[in-house]
This record gives sequence, C-alpha cells and structure tokens, in this order.
Amino acid sequence: MALTNEQIQQKLTDKFGDVITEWNESYGMLAFRVATEQNLKVLQYLFDTEGFQFLTDLTAVHYPDRKGEELCVVYHLHNLLDNIRLRMKVYVPIEKPDVYTATKVFSGANWMERETYDNFGVNFVGHPNLTRILNVEEMDYFPLRKEYQMEDPTRTDKDDEMFGRGGSIM
Amino acid sequence: MSEHQQHIQLAEESLAKQSTTLNLGPTHPATHGVFQNIMEIDGEKVLSTEPTIGYIHRAFEKIAERRPYYQVTPLTDRLNYCSAPINNMGWHMTIEKLLNIKTPKRVDYMRVIIMELARIADHLICNSVVAVDTGALTGFTYVFQWRELIYEIYEEICGSRLTTNIGRVGGFERNFTPVCWQKIDKFMKGFPKVMREFEALLNRNRIFMERCLGAGPISAERALNYSMTGPNLRAAGVDYDVRVAHPYSSYEDFDFKIPVGTTGDVYDRYMVRNDEIWESYSIIEQALDKIAKLEQADPSQKDVFYAPESDHYHFPAKEDVYTKMEALIYHFKMVMGEINVPPGEIYHAVEGANGELGYYLISDGGRTPYRLHFRRPCFIYYQAYPEIVGGGLLSDAIITLSSLNVIAGELDA
Repeated sequence: MALTNEQIQQKLTDKFGDVITEWNESYGMLAFRVATEQNLKVLQYLFDTEGFQFLTDLTAVHYPDRKGEELCVVYHLHNLLDNIRLRMKVYVPIEKPDVYTATKVFSGANWMERETYDNFGVNFVGHPNLTRILNVEEMDYFPLRKEYQMEDPTRTDKDDEMFGRGGSIM
Repeated sequence: MSEHQQHIQLAEESLAKQSTTLNLGPTHPATHGVFQNIMEIDGEKVLSTEPTIGYIHRAFEKIAERRPYYQVTPLTDRLNYCSAPINNMGWHMTIEKLLNIKTPKRVDYMRVIIMELARIADHLICNSVVAVDTGALTGFTYVFQWRELIYEIYEEICGSRLTTNIGRVGGFERNFTPVCWQKIDKFMKGFPKVMREFEALLNRNRIFMERCLGAGPISAERALNYSMTGPNLRAAGVDYDVRVAHPYSSYEDFDFKIPVGTTGDVYDRYMVRNDEIWESYSIIEQALDKIAKLEQADPSQKDVFYAPESDHYHFPAKEDVYTKMEALIYHFKMVMGEINVPPGEIYHAVEGANGELGYYLISDGGRTPYRLHFRRPCFIYYQAYPEIVGGGLLSDAIITLSSLNVIAGELDA
C-alpha cells in the first residue's frame, strides 16, 4: 500500500518525537522542520526505512527577520516507489551557519550544497570540497542573502516598495 | 629539445609526473558550450577530471527576486535554450498552481503539443551532436531542417525562435493561427520519414555502435544517488518520468511509453532519446486528435486559448486596451506587477528535455517572488561526469559529454 503523508508524519513522530516540528501540508506536499544537528539522522532514517532515496533538490532561503535562525536549508526528497515527495527544513543562525553535509547519503548533494554555500554561505560540515561553484572564487559576500537592496541604490525614483516589500530592508 | 635550451623553467614535480594534464575548454569545440574540464590523462586514458562551471552564470535566482512574475518567464527561456517552451510552460504552471487556476483541456493539449515539439527539437540536437562527435556530420545537417520547422511553429505562436517567452499564465497570449496549424500538420506529415532515415543512418550503423556501446556507462543505483533525471536516468534503467509520476497539463489523458535502457552508456542514452522522439510524436498526434474532437463537440472551443478565471493575470487583447477602460486598467496593473498573488510555498516540476525541471517558489504576497530556485537537471547530473568518464578513454569522455546533453545555460543559471 502506498505511503501517505499521514503515515509518514506518524512514523517520524514516533521515531523522533519533538526533534521534528512545524508540520504543514501546503499544495499537497508534506513539510516539516528538523532540529539542526539531527538533519543527517532524519535523512538517513528516511533513506533507509521509508524509501526516500532520491534527493530532488537542496537549497536555502534567507529570512532576515527570524533572529537566531535566519538561514533555512530546504531539502526536497522523493520516494520513487511510492511516488511521494516531502520537504524538510533546517534553520541555522547566520553567524554560525553550520549544517551537516548530506553528501554521505546522496552523492548528488555535492554540487547542490556547493551552490547553496556559494549563494548563502551555509557551511556544510564534512563536505569534501566546499568551494564556490558558480560565482568567482574571489567573491567575499553571499549574493542571495537578503542584505542588498533590490533596486539599484543609485536610483532615487525606485525603492523596495516598488516590489511590494515596504521601504528599504537595510 | 630540452626545456633548458628554451630558458623555460618547469617545476620539478611537473617534470617527474608521468601523466599529462589536459585542459579541455572553456571554449573547446568538443564541449558544446562554455565549460571547462581539467583532465589528468595517461596516454588516452582519463585518470581524473575536474569540471569547472559557472562561466555563464547570470544570477537568475537573484534577478527573479526583483521581477514581477510575468517578467521571470524570459529568464526561464535562457535555462535550457534548446527547449525553452518547456521551461516557460513549467513556470506558468507553477504560478497557476499557486493561484489555483485550472486550465481548460484545449489549453492543456496545445501546451502538450508545444512541449513535445520542444522535446523533439532538443533530442534531435542531442542525438545528432552525439553523431557529430563520433564523426558523422550528415545526420546533424539533415535533421536541422526539421528543428528549423519546429522553430517556425514557435515563431507563429509567439514571434520568436530560440528564447521563446511562449504562453502566459493561464494559457497562451493568442490563439494558434491557421498558419501555425498548417505548419504543425506539415511537420507531422514529413517528420516520420526523415526520422526513419536518421535512424537508418545511425541506429544499427556498425561504426557508430562500436563507438558508443559501453562508453560512459553508469549504473541505475549510482544514477539515482546522483539525483540524475530524464533520459540519462532512464538509460540506466529507471523508469522515472515526471509526466507519469506527477502528471501536469493533462498528461494523464495520453497513452505513451517510457523507453528505458539497461547499461546507461552512450548508446543507451542515444536510443532512449531516439525512442522518446517517437513517443513525443505519438503524443502530439493524440493531442491533435483530442483538440479536433473537442472542437467537433463544441465549435466554440476553437476560441479557447486561456483559462477564463485567469483574466486578472492574462493580458487583455491589444485592441481592447486601446478602446476599453477596464482592459486598459488591467493591462496597466499587470505591467506594474500589481496582481494578487497569495503567500505560499510551492514546488512544481515538469519533465524537461533533460530531466526533472523544478521550480521552488516562495511567495510572501509581494509583487515578486520572495525566493525562486530552479532545480536544473543539467547542473545536478553533470557532477557525475568525473565518475562516469574516470578510467575510460578520452574520446569516450567527449561523446559522453555530448550524450549527457549538458546545456551551459541550464548548468550555470
């Protein structure tokens, strides 16, 4: 019988308890948050036991307003046999953005993590070669963090309000 | 000739080294795009490879954060520019999912026609380029005429060829013209013969087979672990196709096969793409048939080319904008990006020509995406390249690169 979102939620709750929080199901995809240092354990469990052996996507999001957990690393996993996807999130503070690497479980995570490091500066602990991949090596900032004005700062006729975000973010 | 005579000082370890460092790229004719491979070779054997990418990185994800939704579409064109319509439609469908818009069947089928034409064009390029790299230029020049016809069909619909910006949220910007239908018809009539000739040229060609069989193989297990998708994964024997696993645009109405290979080598990848071209052809046939049936049952269907409930997101007709107040207001609001998008988090994937093309979109209700991430199949499977070519011959590495169909635009975003 095919796996359902409820069953996964039940199994994960039984196994990990309150390590996993913030359950939600938007547009049919089960999403949850995992305590930062437990991400590998949950990934490994999902890989070994629940058949989530395909890492669809790995990226990050910057939420400057969430103090102490500004960066969110997002994993999209896919169970190809039961054909079900889920989204797993890990939050880290921007001052110390350490997350355990998933490269031991998924070879494909290698470049995805490098890209995430390149754009957000997430430090994947244990990654075999955590260097910039798309941007130039000399770059000393992380461009996809929301630390930069969206519009060209030399323009006076436009600011972030033009993008529906109310004033400047700085 | 010794280096000392030329006053060239080589490092000690460089003189002692038994293998050769070969710099393949960034603009090498064999790489079909701007990316570099620094290879360590021993004679003709590849010992290790270090790919460098990012030469045409254009920061699309950053640019997307300051663009209204409809202005993101041209960015998606420039990912896999060999099959831009699939990228465009994938993006429209992502927004439609976010807005909960249900498109009419006719729109779905029209989209399917365009997406499958794009898949044929992409696979034709890839397969004929594999042939070029094995030394057969004829097939390439021959099928290019038919890719050209596909581009003419795009041109009839949206006015451009390579970077198409085709379709809109909820459907198309205008109905297909009679000339467009005629051109699709011309393609459907003429293409099978050409395709059979192309197959006759290569499929059982002994030189081609001996060149491709066993070159650059990957096992199903490794391919899955590398998150490979699309024809490259199917060639390794995994029948994963987004069109079947998570149907979009009414793909569930169609009857088609998913070709799979066994060894995941260059020949299997070639054959999987070859068979997919036929499947795509059959899907287009079915779609044309379904549209004809819809129109027969209800002649008013002929004018349906976008979802009625997407009125607030779909540009009104130009003549209305110039003559009617309401149309002018909607037009202006949309151009300014002043549309109501609900906050939400969404992942939507389509089966691009190279694999699962995903859009991870976070909307905070603003005019622009809060965060948009493209899951680019090329970027993800290209990291397996060192493992695939390691231990093989240099000439195999070249055809492996072209048969993986690495598109620089999609690789670098």
